[in-house]
Order: sequence, then structure tokens, then C-alpha cells
Amino acid sequence: MNWDLLFQLLINGLIVGMLYGVVAMCFVLIYKSTQVVNFAQGEFLVLGAWVCWFFIMKMQLPFVLAFLFAMAFMTIFGIIVQMVVLRPLIGEPIISVIMVTIGLSIFMQALMNWMFGNSAERFPAVFGENTVSIGGLQVETAYLMSLVLSVLVMGLFYYFFKFSRYGLAMRATAYNQQVAQSLGISVKQVFSMAWAISALVSCIAGVVLGLVNAVSNSLAIIGIKVFPAVIVGGLDSIIGAVVGGVIIGVLENMAEFVDGQFLHIGNMYTVAPFYVLIIILMIRPYGLFGTKDIERI
Amino acid sequence: MSSVTQLKNQTPKNQNMEDTILSVNNIEVVFNDVILVLRGLNLNAKRGQITALLGANGAGKSTTLKAIAGLLGSEDGEITRGDVVYNGVDITRLPPEKIVRNGTFLVMEGRGIVQDMTVIENLRLGAFTQPQANVAGDIEKVFSYFPRLKERTGLAGYLSGGEQQMLAIGRALMARPKLIMMDEPSMGLSPLLVKEVFGIIKRLNKELGISVLLVEQNANMALQAADYGYIMENGKIVLDGTAEELMNNEDVKEFYLGGGGSERKSFKNIKSFKRRKRWL
Ligand SMILES: Nc1ncnc2c1ncn2[C@@H]1O[C@H](COP(=O)(O)OP(=O)(O)O)[C@@H](O)[C@H]1O
Ligand SMILES: [Mg+2]
Repeated sequence: MNWDLLFQLLINGLIVGMLYGVVAMCFVLIYKSTQVVNFAQGEFLVLGAWVCWFFIMKMQLPFVLAFLFAMAFMTIFGIIVQMVVLRPLIGEPIISVIMVTIGLSIFMQALMNWMFGNSAERFPAVFGENTVSIGGLQVETAYLMSLVLSVLVMGLFYYFFKFSRYGLAMRATAYNQQVAQSLGISVKQVFSMAWAISALVSCIAGVVLGLVNAVSNSLAIIGIKVFPAVIVGGLDSIIGAVVGGVIIGVLENMAEFVDGQFLHIGNMYTVAPFYVLIIILMIRPYGLFGTKDIERI
Repeated sequence: MSSVTQLKNQTPKNQNMEDTILSVNNIEVVFNDVILVLRGLNLNAKRGQITALLGANGAGKSTTLKAIAGLLGSEDGEITRGDVVYNGVDITRLPPEKIVRNGTFLVMEGRGIVQDMTVIENLRLGAFTQPQANVAGDIEKVFSYFPRLKERTGLAGYLSGGEQQMLAIGRALMARPKLIMMDEPSMGLSPLLVKEVFGIIKRLNKELGISVLLVEQNANMALQAADYGYIMENGKIVLDGTAEELMNNEDVKEFYLGGGGSERKSFKNIKSFKRRKRWL
């Protein structure tokens, strides 16, 4: 057994899993507060990465500034998508809304193909050092940044939903829209806010992934990858999304280890999460943290 | 949508604008474009008073309150005729958040407590429209009216029915309303708790000067607490008067206060018909 490799993959799995958790949180946030299953989640993330890349490479902005601009851009983009594409669909059957988000994902794919091409582009080196040593372990700087940002985003989510006025309003809206309205909460505002936050956080995840790998339209596959994470955690649980993300991240890497060392089947990395998804759904149809009265799709 | 500050100078019935906090003028409410539920309903709530709106199940009491609070939209209902004037301002068809900000707050039927939040979180939600307010101070004030809520630190879903009703009223106070509308606060509570809740409603009215529009099926309790009362049937007001007048009215006694003799059932339709003729 190659213990070093196992340990390394475990760490990788945790770090990537945290990032999956972040993306899954965005997904759950939208589902919980607006009852929309966002199939364009992955495209949001890639668009955020492209916009940041564009600001750095084409506008020659420093990384931090480009990152901030990209976040601002995506926040506004999220609000516009909600207002223009989804608001007219309020009250329509869930299947129509799903078709619309699938359409949105295809549209965004095409748009990004056209604007940025379909090859992978690297971010310029953002960090001075490629790796840092923590307790004797060599960790890639980009991975470390990924971990720090993931934890930061999760902490902010927790604070926002537990203590802020708007966070409580969003939870109330998720609980019952009419009750929320009776308290003076504007449901329209909450919907816009859900999409804004989701797009903003997707942008962060996209940029981090771009730094770790490279930006390319195929990164949008993350949007599909978080499905097992979301379903494992339960469609309507934010904490479940995080746990689901970590489980999927670790699982991918463990599958790769087992496959590489013993099985030699190949491609286990991508497939394993979906096997686990099926098994978990057979045992707990509502996910590990989900509640029962939830739409099955 | 509609004009926001259109002053009305009509004075229905015996009341003048000065002491009327809410007047509902001849409103008609339709659900799904076809189901007519309110058919020209008129009522006034006086400032500083408790006004009761009574009626049997299905009469349209909840619909009336939702219409005032602007909450029909999510049920595909709308006010198709008439208007609602609060404090001299036309609030017909305003979005609900504006109506809450104006000072009207509805405690919905079934209380509408967010079950997966704590008591404190529910109270803070009530203050959503009051970002400038001293929320912690207001929470303490609410606890002074409902001391037992202070001890409940778990999720609101685990509270008893009576505690949930108290939380719902406390949450309404957090919005610092001038008019509280309550939809069947006695529903599902034991007689003792009903008494306690009504005692608190009266205290809020006396001590904080909050006007109350009280919807009840429990007419006895409501009329004991109220200053003025309306009785509705089939989407219309069929009778109104001071609480005392209503309590002494033969028809009210018969149908709503559980009095009347053995002929009550068989004469119901005839009497009801007479009463309509008299009051319409
Ligand atoms: N959302 C709705 N859609 C269709 N009909 C409704 C709706 N809400 C209430 N109604 C109808 O309106 C009538 C009055 O209901 P409601 O206002 O709840 O009465 P109450 O509160 O006096 O018991 C009932 O016949 C009910 O079926
Ligand atoms: Mg009712």
C-alpha cells in the first residue's frame, strides 16, 4: 500500500469536497428559497471564472481586483437571470421551470463557447510559491486558497442565515411564502437575493477551480457532479450540501486510489459518486439530511 | 399599480375619519377569476378599539383579513371592486410588505409560526420591517407580556398551541403595528388558554393603544373583549352593532352565542332570511 498517496488523495478529496460543498450550497439555496432546480449551476461557475480571467488577461487588472469585479458582475448577472428568466415562471409547474434552467444552461454554454472559445485557458501565476509546506506536508497554494475560501464562504453562510435580517427572511420564505409576506418580507426581493448570492458564490468557486486547473467550458460538469452531493445531503438542507460535497470529494479520490492500486478499471474517479448516489437513495430516499415532503425529480 | 395616497372623504355608517383606523368599503374578492367570495363587504375599525368580525366557518372572515393585508396574490385571489383605506391612505392592492410598513399586521389563521426557527428568531423576523428599532429591547418587551416564552429556547415547532399563539402575537408586536388583525386566536386552545390569550389582547389594546380587528368563531369570547362587532355570512356583513347590542340581540344569541330553544334548527333558514331582509 502506498500510504503517502492515500493520505495525499484523502487531503485532496477533503479540499475538493469542501468546494463541491460550496457549489452544492448554492444549488440548495436556490432550491430552498425559490423551489427552482438550477441545472445551470455549473455554467454560472464557469462564467464567473471566465469573467475573472477576462479581467486579468484582457483588461490587465491585478488578480484581486479582477476577482472582485467578477464577483460584482456575477451578482448582477444572477439578479438579472432571476428577474428576466425566472420571475415570469412563478407559479408555473415545476417541470416548466426545470426545462427553462436546462435551456439556460445550454444557452450559457453556447454563449461562452462563442465568446471565450472551447479550449482551456490558464490563469497567470497568482501566487509566488506553487506549494507551501504545512506540518511536513506539501500543499499546493491554490488548494490551500480553495480550502480557505470554502471555509470562509461556509462561515459567512452560517452567519448570514443564523443572524442577519435578510438571512432570516430567506429562511422564512423557504418555510412558507405567504407567512413571509405577512411579516412584511418581499418574496420577489428574496428570490433575487437567492440568485444573487448563488451566482456570487458560484463565481468564487469557479475562480478557485480555474486557479487549480484551468478555465474551460468543461468545468461546468461540476454542476452535474454536485448532484450526488446535493441528493446525498438532501435537496433542502444546507448543512447536508456541505457534508454531501465532502463525501463526494473524498469518495472520488478514494475511488481513484483503489482503482489505481488494485482494480485498474479506469475512470472510477468520475463514476463512483453516482454509484454511491444510487446506493444512498435506495437506503434513504430523502437524502441523509432531507425532509420528506420534497419534490422528487 | 394603484394610487398610494389617495384620500377618501366618504364616511360610511356612523363613523368619521378621525377615529377610524381602517375602513373597508364595498369590497369584492374573486379567486381564480371565477370564485366570488366577498360580495360587497363594508366594515370599519375604530382607532384604539377592539372590533370583532364574527361568522360561521366559510363565511369569508379569513379572506377579508387577507384582502386587507394584501395576501390574496399567492392564492390567486384579487380585490375586484371596492377599496381598503388605512389611516386615510388607500392601501387596496398595495404589496403586503408596504401594508405591514404602514402599520397593519395580520396574525394569520393557524399562527404562521416558522417551526424550524427558535422563539427568538421568530421574534426577530417580526421586526423585519423595523431595521432601525431596538430589536433586543422590543424582544424584552414581548417577554414581559409572555414571560413563559422566555424559557423556551428550542425550536418553535416544539411549543404548545397556546405558546405558539403567544409567539404569533409577540411576533406581531415586533413590527410595532398600530392595527393588529387576528384570525381566530382561540382556535384549538383550551378554555383556560383562550381566556389568557384574550386577556393579553385586551391588555395590548389598553396599554399600548393598539387597535385590534378580531376574527372569531368563538363569538362569546370575542364580544366580551370587543367594543364593536360585525357579523358576516356568505361574504357580506349582515349585522353590526356595539358588543353589548350584539350580545343582547336575539338572532345573535340564537345563532352565535349558543342560546335559543329547541326550534332553533328548524327555524334557522326562515329567521336567517328575515334577518337578511332587515339588515340589507
Ligand atoms: N384560495 C382560495 N381559493 C378558492 N376559494 C377560496 C380560497 N380561500 C377561501 N376560499 C373560499 O372562500 C370561502 C370563505 O373562506 P374563508 O375566508 O377561509 O372563510 P372563514 O375564514 O370565514 O372560515 C370558502 O367557501 C372557501 O372555500
Ligand atoms: Mg378562517
